[in-house]
Amino acid sequence: MRAPDVELLWWEGCPSTERALADLREALRDTGLDATSVHMREIENDADALAAAFVGSPTILIDGADLQPPRDDEPVGLTCRIYHRRDGRISPIPDPDDVRDALIRAATRAQVRTE
Amino acid sequence: MTLAIGDKVPDFELVDTDGVPRTLSHGDATSATVIVFTCNHCPYALAWHDRIARAARDYADRGVRFLAINPNDSERYPRDSYAAMTARVARDRDAWPMPYLHDCTQAVARAYDAKTTPDVFVVDAAGRLRYRGAPDGDHDDESQDAAWLRDALDAVLDGRDAERAQTRPVGCSIKWKA
Repeated sequence: MRAPDVELLWWEGCPSTERALADLREALRDTGLDATSVHMREIENDADALAAAFVGSPTILIDGADLQPPRDDEPVGLTCRIYHRRDGRISPIPDPDDVRDALIRAATRAQVRTE
Repeated sequence: MTLAIGDKVPDFELVDTDGVPRTLSHGDATSATVIVFTCNHCPYALAWHDRIARAARDYADRGVRFLAINPNDSERYPRDSYAAMTARVARDRDAWPMPYLHDCTQAVARAYDAKTTPDVFVVDAAGRLRYRGAPDGDHDDESQDAAWLRDALDAVLDGRDAERAQTRPVGCSIKWKA
């Protein structure tokens, strides 16, 4: 299975990076992908945030696509990002099942393209 | 200057979302006041909100008053504007068993050396700090039910020191004005 490009955008003002990375690596392992392949990109200032259309930390891009695409009116900036767990709870990190499903979809898309 | 456990905390006057001025010293609390620095846009503050609100309801009849204070720079973070705070409370008044105050100059947050949203301070009837830190050990675990905050309140109400009087506040950094 081809490994999708996985990127984690983070900002130091938000304490959720470590947990988000751990969840992401576990999801990669669970789906049979390389858990060391995550590219970390720090968003250091407003200019970085603007350039990356960064709506909060952590932001996970899989093959360039946002794990949970933000609403069009979501402001760009240095902040912690709001995620919604599958059970409805608000969380600073995405639901691990959403991460897993997104990785599987990306890997499957890549597989189809190569066949 | 960082407040230490046992220090007298600074008084303040801030306006809530109904336009009512609220002070620390002239409230209706007879036993303790809980000051929670919080905001509208932080997932940690939002994740802990219901637990803090539940504690506010549970301790209301024991003379404990809760005050939520939003200290964030609302120019850079418009979701923390006074208008946005007012709209949030109006959308669900039941979720707010405590006044929601706007620290528009950030002077109160600076005086308390608040770090994050949320950052919780428990003050006894004499105006002394008895607990400071996170509501409980995990924003992601509803079952913890603001246990550290509740333990501190129980200690104050029983006239003893909290076993865990200080914990590390966890959440979004306060958005200071430039």
